[in-house]
Formats: sequence, C-alpha cells, structure tokens
Amino acid sequence: MSEFPARANVVVIGAGIVGSCLVGHLARLGWTDLVLLDKGPLPNPGGSTGHASNFIFPVDHNKEMALLGEQSADQYRDLGLSVDSGGIEVARTEERMHELTRRMTSAKAWGIEAHLLTPAEVKDLVPFVNEDVILGGFHSPTVSVVDSLETGTRMRREAVDKAGCQVFASTEVQDILTVEGEGGVTRVSAVVTDKGTVQAEHVVIACGVWSNRIANMAGATIPLVPTVHQMADVGPIDILAETNNEIGYPIVRDMDTFCYERQSAGSMEVGSYGHRPILHHPDEIPSNEEAALSPTEMPFTPDDFDEQMEQAIELMDMLGDAEIKYAINGLLSLTPDGMPCLGETIEVRNLWSAAAVWVKEGPGMAQVVAEWMTYGYPRVIDAHGADIARFYDAERGDDHIWARAEESFNKTYGIVHPQEQWENRRNLEVGPYFARQEDLGAVFFQARTWERPQWFGSNADLVERYGIEERPVEWDNRWWSPITVGEHLNLRENCGLVDLSAFQVYELEGPGAVAYADHLAVNRIDVPVGRSVYTPWLTPDGGFHSDLTMMRMAEDRVRIVTGVFDGGRDEFWVRRHMPTDGSVAFSNITRQTTTLGLWGPNAPAVLAQLTDQDLSQDGSPYGSIIPAGLACGGREISAALFRISYVGDTGWEIYTDWDNGPVLWDALMAVGADLGIRPTGGGVYGTSGRLEKGYRLMGAELESEYNPLEAGLARPKVKAADFMGREAYLAARDRGDPEVRMCTLTVEDLTDGQGRRRFMQGGNEPILTLDGDRIVDSHGRASLVTSAGFGPSVGRYLLMSYLPLELAHPGTDLQVMYMNELYPVKVASTGAVFDPDDTRMKA
Amino acid sequence: MSLLVLCEHDRGVLAGASLEALTFGRDLAAAAGLACEAVVIGEGAETAAADLGAYGAATVHVASHAVLRDFGPLAWGETLAQIIRSTGAEAALACGTDRGNEVLAHVAALLDEPFVANCRQITPGGTWSMTRMQWGGSLLEDATLEAGIRLVTVAHHAVEATPADTPDAGTLVPFAADLADSAACTVVADRVVLTQGITLATSPVVVGGGRGVGSAEKFAALEELAAELGGVVGCSRAVTNNGWRPHSDQVGQTGTRIAPQIYIASGISGAIQHWVGAMASKNILAINTDSEANMVTKAGYAVIADLHEVIPAITEEIRRRRG
Amino acid sequence: MRILVCVKRVPAPGSRINITSDGQAVDAAHLGFTTSPHEECAVEEAVRIVEEHGGEVTVLTLGPAAAEEQLRYAASVGAHHFVLIPITDVDWDPQRTAAALGSAIAGLEATDGPFDLILFGNESADSGGFQVGVRVAHALGRPIVNGIKGIDLADGTASARREIDGGFEVYEVPMPAVLGVKEGINLPRYPTMKGRLASKKAEVATVTSDAPAGGQARVRLHRPVEQVSETVILGTGPEAASAVVDLLEELGVLS
Repeated sequence: MSEFPARANVVVIGAGIVGSCLVGHLARLGWTDLVLLDKGPLPNPGGSTGHASNFIFPVDHNKEMALLGEQSADQYRDLGLSVDSGGIEVARTEERMHELTRRMTSAKAWGIEAHLLTPAEVKDLVPFVNEDVILGGFHSPTVSVVDSLETGTRMRREAVDKAGCQVFASTEVQDILTVEGEGGVTRVSAVVTDKGTVQAEHVVIACGVWSNRIANMAGATIPLVPTVHQMADVGPIDILAETNNEIGYPIVRDMDTFCYERQSAGSMEVGSYGHRPILHHPDEIPSNEEAALSPTEMPFTPDDFDEQMEQAIELMDMLGDAEIKYAINGLLSLTPDGMPCLGETIEVRNLWSAAAVWVKEGPGMAQVVAEWMTYGYPRVIDAHGADIARFYDAERGDDHIWARAEESFNKTYGIVHPQEQWENRRNLEVGPYFARQEDLGAVFFQARTWERPQWFGSNADLVERYGIEERPVEWDNRWWSPITVGEHLNLRENCGLVDLSAFQVYELEGPGAVAYADHLAVNRIDVPVGRSVYTPWLTPDGGFHSDLTMMRMAEDRVRIVTGVFDGGRDEFWVRRHMPTDGSVAFSNITRQTTTLGLWGPNAPAVLAQLTDQDLSQDGSPYGSIIPAGLACGGREISAALFRISYVGDTGWEIYTDWDNGPVLWDALMAVGADLGIRPTGGGVYGTSGRLEKGYRLMGAELESEYNPLEAGLARPKVKAADFMGREAYLAARDRGDPEVRMCTLTVEDLTDGQGRRRFMQGGNEPILTLDGDRIVDSHGRASLVTSAGFGPSVGRYLLMSYLPLELAHPGTDLQVMYMNELYPVKVASTGAVFDPDDTRMKA
Repeated sequence: MSLLVLCEHDRGVLAGASLEALTFGRDLAAAAGLACEAVVIGEGAETAAADLGAYGAATVHVASHAVLRDFGPLAWGETLAQIIRSTGAEAALACGTDRGNEVLAHVAALLDEPFVANCRQITPGGTWSMTRMQWGGSLLEDATLEAGIRLVTVAHHAVEATPADTPDAGTLVPFAADLADSAACTVVADRVVLTQGITLATSPVVVGGGRGVGSAEKFAALEELAAELGGVVGCSRAVTNNGWRPHSDQVGQTGTRIAPQIYIASGISGAIQHWVGAMASKNILAINTDSEANMVTKAGYAVIADLHEVIPAITEEIRRRRG
Repeated sequence: MRILVCVKRVPAPGSRINITSDGQAVDAAHLGFTTSPHEECAVEEAVRIVEEHGGEVTVLTLGPAAAEEQLRYAASVGAHHFVLIPITDVDWDPQRTAAALGSAIAGLEATDGPFDLILFGNESADSGGFQVGVRVAHALGRPIVNGIKGIDLADGTASARREIDGGFEVYEVPMPAVLGVKEGINLPRYPTMKGRLASKKAEVATVTSDAPAGGQARVRLHRPVEQVSETVILGTGPEAASAVVDLLEELGVLS
C-alpha cells in the first residue's frame, strides 16, 4: 500500500459507482495526481452501490435522466458488464394504461425500442405473471442489468493505470478544511482523514447517502436525505433456477403497486417504493463495523413490507411459497426535487458534489462532473436540472429536504403530471400581494420556493364571456383552467396585471461593474444609463447558461433580472466568476424589490392615472427604464418603469420597493377597473402570451446544448468586448448557418383516435416526419416539443421545437406524437405567430 | 473453608481446560482466604487426579458411584453439590466448557444459588465482583455475586494452565456419592466416533474459508493445503448458511471454538460471530484482497491477495521444499 | 406431541457492538433483532418434529413487548401458540428468568396439559448465562441435557446427540424431557412470504411474572480492550507463498 500523500490535485471521497467512475473519467480527460478515498473496504465499501438492484430502465420522461441513463447503460455495455434482460412495466389500472402511452411517447423521443403488450403477451415473456390482475404492459427490450461493483473496480483500475490514481480504502474523512482567499472567496484546501491530511486543489464528494454530512464539514450543503427502499430476496424458485443465469426473464415493474420483481439467479428480488417513507439522518447510519450487514443495508422492518408482499403474490403466485432469505431496508438518496446534486458547491470553491446519483445513471453522471471540472461545463448533456446551484437556501435545510422526500418517495413509480404541484412546504416565499391574491381565488403554482398565481378564480366570468371550453380528457385538464384563456383574451382586449415578485433581482456595483457585466453577457451592457439589454450568458462552449435582462441603472451599477427557476444557478454563476479585486460588489435585492407587469392596450391609460410622466413611446420608449412617482393610496411612491413586454402587448414592468407593493396593486386595480383590468396569472405570462410571441424560455427552449444562432437569438454583430463563451460563439458564427433553428409549429388537428381533442403538455413529445421517423441532427439532438400551449389570439395550439434548417420554414408539414398517437403539425414561424412586427408592443 | 475446582476428565483423561480452572482457582482461593481443593468424578477419576497437586490442589475429592460410569450432567451436578454440602465449601469453580457450565448450572439449581458463567476475572470479598464474557467474549460484563455458596466458571482460554510455584499435596480423598437411579437417565448411553485423529477443536492448523471462497467446490484448494499441513478445514457462518460446508466445520460463537497453533483465515471478513470462535488461535494469518478487512487488521500476519491464487501457491511451495 | 420452545430476543450486531451510555445494555439504535441462534434452531427442530410426529409447538419468551416480533417470526416458520412474559427492565438475571419461565410453563401445563418436550437454546447469544434451561428443568422435575445437535423420538424416549471432539455422545432421555440445543442441529428454514403474512394473525398470550431478582447483578457492560497488533503483511500476491511457508516452518507446523 502506498503512503498516504501530503497533497494531491484532486481528492475524490467515496468509491461507490460514482466516485470510482469519476476518477476513471478524470483520467480519461487527462487529469493526474488523483486520490480516491473511502471509509469502507473495497470493492464494496458499504454504500448504496453495494446493495443496488443494478437495473436500468432507459425510458424516463425527464430528458436529463433519460439521456444520462442511456449514456450510463452504454458505458456499462462498453465494459461488457451489462446484460439486456428487457423489462416490462405492467398496468393494473386504466390510468396506468394511459400513462404507458405516455411512456411510449417518451421512448420514441429518446429513440428507445418499446412495445405495448396485452396481458397475454406479457405472460408469453414472463410465464409466471398472473395476467388476470393486469391490463397490459410496456415492454422495453433494452432494459439492462449491470455489474456496478465490477464497473467501479474497472474504472478505478483505469484511473490507477492511466493517471496513477492512489486509492485508499478504510480511510475515514474527519474534516474538510477551507481557506478564505482573495475577494473573500472560501476555497477548499485539504481533507483530514484518519490516515493523515492531504492538501487538495479540488475535492469531490461522491459519498452517496453521507454526502450532506461530509459537505457540512466544509460549511457546504448537498441537499439529500438517506431514504429506505425495502428489498427482499425470495427463493429458491425452480423456474428461475432453471435459467442458469443471473437474469433470464425480463424485470417486471408492477407500477400501480410501486413494486418490482427482478430475477437474481434462482431467486426473485422484490423491491418496493410503496411502503411508508422511512428517512434517516446520516448520523443514524451505522459504520461498517457496527452494521450487521453493511451500513446502507439497515435492519428490515417487515411490517412496512407486508402489503407489498400481498401484492407481489397477487402478481406472481409462486412468490408466496418462496422463502425470504434476505431482506433489507436499503438506503438510497433522495433530494427535494428528485434530481441529482452535481457540480461545484455554491459555498466552497473547488468543492464538488457528485451525489444523489443511483447506479442506473452513475457512469453518465460521473462523466458530467468530470467534464464540468475540466471544461467549466458538462458536454455530454445539459445538466441544469441536476446543477446543485439550483437550490435556494430554503431548499437546503433538513426540514425541506425531509418533507419533500417524504412526499416524493411514493411517486418513484407514480404517475406524475408535468405540471404537478407539491402539497407540503408551500408558501415559503410569497409576494407582497399574496393576501389579495388569495382573496381573488388565485391558484398558485410554486416555482422552486416562490408562489406565483397561475390563474385567478375571480376571473371565472371570463370563461363565459369568451366562450371557452374545458378540455375533454382529464389529464389535459389537470393543473390547467380555461380561466387562463379568458385572462389572455382580456389582456389582449383590455389589460392585465401580472405579479412578477418572483423575479430574482441582483445588482453589480462598483468601478468594475459594467466591465464585469459585459464579461458575462453576449450583448453589450455598456449602454447609456436607463437602457436595458436582453442577453444570453454563454457557457465556455458557447451554449446557453442563462437568458435574462440586464439594466444599466447608473454609471457604475447594473441590475440583473432573471427567472425564479434559474435564480440559484445565475447568482452562483455571477459570484463564481466575479473579479476578486474588489472592483465589483454583488447584492441580491430580490426581497427588497417587487415587480408588477401591466400589459394590454389599456395599460398606458391605466398607468397614466397614477403619474404625470410622459408614457408615450417618446417619454418611455421600448427597452428603457425611467424613474417615476406613482400616486398610490394618497401618497407618492417611487418606481422604475421598464417598458418591455413578454406577452406581446404594450406595457411595463413596474419596479418598486417591496413594501410599496400592496398600495401599488390597489391603486392599479382601482384606476384600471373601468378599463377592464384583471389580475392575470402565469398561464398567460409564461405560456400563452409568450408562445404567441415565440419567446424562448431558459430551461425549455434554451439549454447549454444549443447556441444563440440555433435559438434565433443571435444579433447581427458581435460586440468587441470579450465575454464568456465568445470564442465558441464566434466559431459557431463562422460555420455559417446553424444546423437547427427554433420554430413555432401549429397543431393542425387535435383529434385523437377516439375523436377527442387532446392537448400536448410540452413534455419532450417528439416531432416526427410524415413517415413517423424521429428527426435527429448530426449531434444526436432530437427534435422535441420544448413548450406547448394554446394561443387564444391566434386560435391555434402552439408547439415549439428545434428543427433542422431544411425543415425550419413556414409551411413544412410534420407530425407530433402525444400519448402514443400522431397529430399533424405545420411549421408556422421561426419568430412570433402573433403580431410578428411587434406593432402592439410598441404602440 | 474451601473453594472446590471441578476437574473434568473423559474416562480418565484429564481435560486441559480443567488445569486452566485449577490455575485460576488456586489464585482465587488464595485471594479469598480459602483452601483450593479439586473434585474429580466417576470412573477413571483416580487416574485423572494424579497431577492435580502440581497445579495447586491441596486435596482432591474423588467421587464414585455406580451411576457415574460416564459423564452425566445431573449425576455430576448432584455429586458436586453433595461434596459442597459435606465439606462446607464456600465456593465451586469449573472451566467454562460445555460440561463445566452445564454441571455448575445443575449445582446451582440443586442448591438454589446463583451461578456466574464464563468469568475472566474475579475479586472475592463479602460480595464478589467479577468480569464475565457476554456475546462470546466480544463484550464484557462487570457483575456482582451475592450468594451463600459462590458458583462460577472461568472462561476457557482466559488463563493459561501453569503448574503452581510450590506444588501442593494433592491428597486423594474418596467420596461415595449418593445418587438415585433416576440420575442415570442423563448419563451418556453411547458414543459414536466420527473422526479418527485430528478435529477442528484440537487441530494445530486450521485452514478457514469464508464467503470469499465463492463456492463449495472451491474449498478443494483449502482441503489440499490443510492435508499438506496435517490440519483441518474450517469455515465461517456465511459458508454454512450457503450450504457449502457442514455446520461441524463452522468456527464461531455458535460453532466450534478453535485454538490452533496457526489459523489461516482466507476470504473471511471477520464478523464478530466468527472472530470469537477464532480469537484463541495462537497465530492468525489472514488472506484477503481487502487490506482493511476486520480479519486482516486483527491478524498477526496477512497476505493481501486473492486466496484462489495464494492458497495453491502455498501448497506448491510446501511441496517444493519437501522435494 | 406438545412441544414448548423458549426463545430470547437479541440484537443482531455487526463486528463492533456499542453499549448504551448507562452501560446497561447493547445500544441497538442501528440494529435489528433476531431470535438467539441456538433457539432459532430449537424452533426449527420443534416444527420438524411435529411435522413428522404430529402435534403443536408453543413458543415462550421473556422480554420486552417488542419480543412479539420473535414470536411472530416463529409463527411464520410454523409454530402454533405464542406466549410472552413482558418485562420492562433491560434483562433479567438467570435465576429470575428461570423462575418466571418455570411458573409460566407450570401455568400453561395446568391449563392445557404437560409438554412432552421442552427445548431451550444451549445459551443465549448475548448474556450467555448457560443455566436457564437447567434451572427450569429442575423446577419442573424433568431431565435435561444440553449441547444437543440431534434428536430422535421413539417410544417415549428422546434420543439426543451431543457433539464432542471427534464424534458424539448419545443420551437416552425419558420424556417428558428438556433439551438444550445448539446451532447446527438443523439449518433453519426462512419464512415464506405466505408464512410471514399468516404470522400477523397469530395470537400472542401474555403471562406476567413477579419473580424476585437473583444473586447475580449487572454493574455495567464494556468492550474488551482491543489488542492493537501490527499486522505483518507477508505479501500482496502468490509470491507471498514463500514468506508464508517460512512462517509455517518457524511455528513448527511443517512436520
């Protein structure tokens, strides 16, 4: 054994599937001077990898999880440590059968082979299934079973051979040291273990269920909680033993009981996500020495499993007489939003998280983190949903993590609607109008921690006024209301008041503020005071990191306004790249500022009643920010009027102090009453208004996999000043026309096979040729629906999607798949389908 | 006033464990101000009693009765209880073997006195204080004993048997036990010999295999090495549970406790249940791919490698040296 | 055939056992519980006997209310009746335990008739007192032999085998009898799923005891001082064979 080193470039803590693959990928990317530690023995250090069921179902509705699952499956295959067993998700309910058609759609989106089976066809593949309790199945022939421990061993060996990685088992981390450097940046400096202290440039926490505890040692957080997933191994069973294989029959997921049956040689592993949520604090996990089996194979609590047993016997009668040879409360990691925690921690520079990753996506996630460390951003896939910087403070505490994990555990095999809202941990952050909005019957959608009205019950009369119909299928109607169409049409006819308090607002101030702002942004920020700039921020590879608005508030002050979904990542990005010489100060003024959007043809007339300010396009031109006093509640409040529109009609984002919000709301509602003002929800702001205008949304249309040329957001010229991603951006421009372009499509006929009108949700539905083929570009990027919604003012159902250039022109006929049926679509525009010349906004 | 030490024998062959008990008992008796006396029971007792003076017994009570033709827990217990009563002994001690613990339990039941098993250390006094084994020795319990007659066993292997600095007389005193015929019903009725020669409990070399061996078939290499060394094969509980070896090969708390000159533990992680059965080994050589396995860190010697490569290599090397 | 098995609920620890801060018990915070291994085999043996000879198996335990889990486990592998003597202390000393079991058994026999066979584990995995079965047998006036690894019943006699070095002893014990059995007498079955589900319906009777404490008292538990020995690494591959054989020669085991 080699001597414990005094220093290393990278120390990776945790030698499960993630840490082991990570050192392998770092070695492949040319890193050297690596150290891998684990407190347990090798090859099974006692974490979740050691008891994983080791299967991969490649079809997932979530793009990141699906692509990384496939990536990972391929990495296992490349090592020859994978068997395609196939897998079947069986349905016991009509609702699940409907869900399986959605599975088929996602399979098509990712190009994965899949078939819907009748109960008899399920029985042909799995003869011991009781076909009487199922209605059908979803067969995925490329479901694979992998050897995760051996994969970890091989990847470690590769790191040892290629990069001289030093591996230390049974080495317990006692502390992670940090130092405060220039500009007050806290940076990781060393890892203290029971074998000695190693100084390190980079430290990666790949500690699975222990990750948050280890991160806490450095003052960082990795929001996850160890959660029990019960598993029992029952056997021996002759029909299984006769295969003479680790796995000879497809894995069966009994989706409606949240249970799976997976052959393991002569016995069957029955795993459950159906029992009550059982969460543990990391301190409750025993050490390798204290544990009867391993730390993450905790004592089985049979009472929790009984119901699952009954259900399993229902599906496979033979299980009833099989002996329970081994049963555990196995631990795995859950996060507050179900996505992994990858990337640099926001609290400590060069301290990375590679956590909340399961065996099924381990190698891919490890590659993401290795690329992130190498290139400053992942390349294999856009991983914004897994970026650990996405969490706000309120999402990082145990109260939140536990509550969300408890709520989500039983949804592991659940049918989760794309718009599904959380039940607990609501009202964490509300705008100053919250009480008024509740009085108006607002239905709130939570965006991370912020509550935003999606529509207002008080506007129900608009449904009748505009003659709007409910949608015939409950799924399409769920988390949606025809009121939202009424609010849209009213805004176009009169005006609407939109609560934008959830905007995340930051300011850069100091002599270097404008220069730094220009360093972040593609477009020029060094503009006259009072002007705003809508701009992408690019990754080093020239893809989208962000898409937001920056405002020159003063000579040395720039305001940044971004969406609530991206606030955490954007704030971290700003802080991460800030000059350390003190020339720029950062402040987050989100909770000091509130924003109301006032839009519609009557907006100027409404606002004019509160101010003498010239509100014409001369006095308050499009894109400008002007200060104004507004007469509210018998006094004048100061506000900034930002002439802009995300919905397609003229109006303003009105910024004022948080405490002024209520009186401003009341004043606008009062003076607007005769002009048809209505409180208007996110359904208009985020979907219908936006889609009619073809506005792109970060995280939907805009991802790091796409660049501004493809998104149609490139300006004619590139500014002279340097900025992040400039080189890659210039290279993309030099290549000429982009390969794909963002388009808006109209659905030509929404009628399904049963004669019902259906409405796509914007959940990665594939756009297909008239022959029904997937459309995939040379980078392997498929054309998928990024956003979908009804455009009331154009009377069409609208979809957005990237399309190859040859298809990206109005009039191209294509198809979209939704719930396993095809619908005709036509390319409408690469810009706006409503008021393409922006005459209404600039009126 | 005396402390009686029950010395086991099997048809005249004194058990080594009883010399441990005598070694422990003579010091305890001295500390308690008692005379140390031995008790030997049944057919062959006189032969077994020969050397007990050398280990510190002033007197050896040699008990006989027709029922005592072989070991019988009740008959032995009844006999010892009678000697305690007739000598007015204050305490009785045995080694914590199967028989020792069993006989003392009977004595305790007959005399309605407490009995403390498997002590490692005893401080006499008005109330005796002791440290005894729990969990097969992986935990210790400090306990107290309040009793009219103190009944204890000393844990096997807790002390090494050594002759007394000054041998005592070891005077044989016959004792005619008074036993009912019914006591015969738990006397050994028959014996069956399964193994001639070396057994797991007595072998000077044990080659042990654990889960890491991988299958029943793969124990062949261990058998070969054991045969070469004139030893036997042992195994862990995981192996027995997998059905790879019979339970009689199991080393551990609920299996056989071994004390060989060397225990070669291969592919054994060293769970507590196994360790307590192996810890009396004079030397341990662990063979394991994991340098941090419990067995490796507790062993005096280790080879960090795959047992499937190392074991045949050792066998080969022995054969080479022997020509 | 009526058989009674006495079992004890014990923690299932790993390679390091923690102790509660008051020193009175094993800290079971991370641990599951099981039936003490010898007794698990005793239950299996009893079930096998009634499977062969007919009859019923009653399982008795003295322990915390949670020991019901062990009774249900016995139910899941085929036992029929279940009795719990609940205690609130950490553990009862052997005399007290035996007194409580003895009077509970006498009570059960008074109601339902005598047991032909009573099985104990040779000793409990945790406190290891090596005496409860013997005391109970004396209280009931029945013969007992410990260390049993094989039982054959015929003509009112239990022929019991006890392992000794190199073979076994045979005891011919007239029934009703008590036997202390050891692990290895059988390989206990695991519960089937159906067995587990059925065990939930098993009824557990409760018998209380006011047995007085005996003369042995716990002061505290502690872990033995670990002998920290430096492990001599003889090699990291098959080439270590030479060093190993040197060692064997040195120890004199290469005759």
